[in-house]
Amino acid sequence: MTKSDVTRRGVLKTGAVAGAGVALPTIFTASSAAAYTNEPTGGSVTLGFNVPQTGPYAEEGNDELLAQQLAVEHLNGEGDGGCLNTFTSKALKGNGILGKKVEFVTGDTQTKSDAARASAKSMIEKDGAIMINGGSSSGVAVAVQGLCQEAGVIFMAGLTHANDTTGKDKKANGFRHFFNAYMSGAALAPVLAAEMGKERRAYHLTADYNWGWTQEESIVASTEAMGWETVNTVKTPLASTDFSSYIAPVLNSGADVLVLNHYGGNMVNSLTNAIQFGLLDKVVNNKDFKIVVPLYSELMAAGAGENIKGVLGSMNWNWQLQDEGTKAFVKSFGEKYGKPPSNSAQTCYAQVLLYADACERAGTFNPCGVVEALEGFEFDGLGNGPTLYRADDHQCFKDVLVVRGALNPTNAYDTLEIVEKTPVEQVTYAPDHPMFAGGDLGKCNPGA
Amino acid sequence: MDSILLQILNGLDKGSAYALIALGLTLIFGTLGVVNFAHGALFMIGAFCAVSLQRLLNLSFETIDETQKDFLGNPLKVKTPYVEAWFGPDVGAWIIDWAVPLALLIAIPIMLAVGYIMERGLIKHFYKRPHADQILVTFGLAIVLQEIVKYFFGANPIQTPPPDALNGVANIGAALGMDIVYPVWRIVYFCFATLIIGGIFAFLQFTTFGMVVRAGMADRETVGLLGINIDRRFTIMFGIAAAVAGLAGVMYGPINPPNYHMGMDFLVLSFVVVVVGGMGSLPGAVLAGFLLGILESFASTTWATTTIPGINQIIIYLVAIIVLLTRPRGLMGRKGVMED
Repeated sequence: MTKSDVTRRGVLKTGAVAGAGVALPTIFTASSAAAYTNEPTGGSVTLGFNVPQTGPYAEEGNDELLAQQLAVEHLNGEGDGGCLNTFTSKALKGNGILGKKVEFVTGDTQTKSDAARASAKSMIEKDGAIMINGGSSSGVAVAVQGLCQEAGVIFMAGLTHANDTTGKDKKANGFRHFFNAYMSGAALAPVLAAEMGKERRAYHLTADYNWGWTQEESIVASTEAMGWETVNTVKTPLASTDFSSYIAPVLNSGADVLVLNHYGGNMVNSLTNAIQFGLLDKVVNNKDFKIVVPLYSELMAAGAGENIKGVLGSMNWNWQLQDEGTKAFVKSFGEKYGKPPSNSAQTCYAQVLLYADACERAGTFNPCGVVEALEGFEFDGLGNGPTLYRADDHQCFKDVLVVRGALNPTNAYDTLEIVEKTPVEQVTYAPDHPMFAGGDLGKCNPGA
Repeated sequence: MDSILLQILNGLDKGSAYALIALGLTLIFGTLGVVNFAHGALFMIGAFCAVSLQRLLNLSFETIDETQKDFLGNPLKVKTPYVEAWFGPDVGAWIIDWAVPLALLIAIPIMLAVGYIMERGLIKHFYKRPHADQILVTFGLAIVLQEIVKYFFGANPIQTPPPDALNGVANIGAALGMDIVYPVWRIVYFCFATLIIGGIFAFLQFTTFGMVVRAGMADRETVGLLGINIDRRFTIMFGIAAAVAGLAGVMYGPINPPNYHMGMDFLVLSFVVVVVGGMGSLPGAVLAGFLLGILESFASTTWATTTIPGINQIIIYLVAIIVLLTRPRGLMGRKGVMED
């Protein structure tokens, strides 16, 4: 009979040590994987592009998607490099992000908050997207920004113009490159006063939702500060298609300016209706009647056709700018797609590069590292001139364009002409400005 | 006073579109007993007939102009429409300018064909199915049609301006010593709608075909027993209803630029119009169309929206509730229609 040295206690001890030994690397790996949501572990990193692919802003969403795909190409060292050649930060080398090849997945926001959240959630949870970018609506931006904050991924907003996105609804994980309604008012008002005089009576038609309200508030405040009187502000349902019954009262209101706080199809229809009623041919208070569209986009301008001739508005960016960043982007986009990019395309393109650059400078994809790298970041070479990503609210501050519907267009893309490049100082406001009050940026959330 | 008259005109104008669509819906429901949720899509297809003709007439050949540059700095490609090259610049420009009225000519056969194919290819298989099935299948068809249009034309609205001669405003109050300016094309649209509605009623009232259709609407089985192929006539009526919706769409383009979603925008309102007018009643559909158009116009005035906030968004449904509570068959509904 042989005596065995194996005891129950010994087996347990050995098993525990062996188990710990085997588990140790896993614990470290698990710890590492749980550092932040969707940390890339392979040779690639996935970005999520959440744009309206169906619904009323599908055309704009498609333009954003084209720009995002172009940005991915440039990040991966394909094509002519676009703005990687003009960007003042030289962290991006055209070898992906932090050496990982950039891949992307897309979602359809449908310009509906719930659908946008669902598609962003799917891209984060199923596809492993580490950043969400895009969109053409403030309602969608605020909804997706909230989701990204909870999920622990970065949200690089697309076209969102409501003050609330970086005001009362701002979040630490969210960043907006696009300008906002306050900036539109601050840029437009002096031009309006110079071109139309300081004694004007304005009538506002406003889309009845978050963005419309903040734009109306901003334009009313800035024009009244210039001496204008606001005759009336009328909210119009978002679903309206025929604005004739809203336009008709303008005729007898004593107003000599109509401000259309509308966007997309609403703007195309309300402007078309206003022109049909001959408003621009009228003389009221001994002044020529004028129409103002505070927020323009190239695609809307194309939809409005000849009706926008001479109508003033504002934009975040326009392809006709002559800085090196704009030239590089327009050349890349134009040669690839055969048309100039819209300003929503430009903001999405810039946001993708800014995110990638922040990762490179931070040396990590960790959202908190990216937030730190973007806060207070000053840059140039992406098309908007010198720009600051303000740390207090994650809003970009840069020059704003005042534009006018082209009077003598020479081709299909020549729909708008740049009237003024309003300097950034004129559109900058304090972080605690009343129009942006009530929110809390909070702390970055790395998730996981 | 001026503003009241202006809102009445606006209401008549809106009501024209409602009445034309509701008329078609009622024709289909009254003859075939089908609740056609694809009717708004027919309105949209009509509008895109005008867009298509406009694009066809603007088909161009390119010449390089070395003196001008495009957005990339390359020599500009100048486009000249073929019609201007074939017929001369003046005649060519005139043809392009009148694209919308000319589109009526192509829309009639196209819409008749679309209606015929829709009825024979799909809807006839659902005659004996419950209304819920009919609604589901026609609603699905509407979505398919609008997605096809979006695929080919994009999601952006497309301008289809009226001819220059019919653009601008007319002071229709001048004779009464009032200053009531109103867009000329909207007046044209109202006149056009009145003409079409009058034409349909005359067709049903004064032709043998119309008399048989009316008899079929009243008692389909008896007409069939007389040896008349009533199904064939009803199929033709489906085509006519489709043509009415299509023509309404063609002429609506200059009022609001067509987009792929425009049919859906009108569909729900038009159904409310049909219900308020009385299911199956043609005069009811027309009356309710104009009535609700006018009420909607007045509800959008500043006075109304400040007195009762949101009234502009609910007025039509509010009226529908009141009418259905007081007159369950609608304003001019027939006994036995949609009643078990």
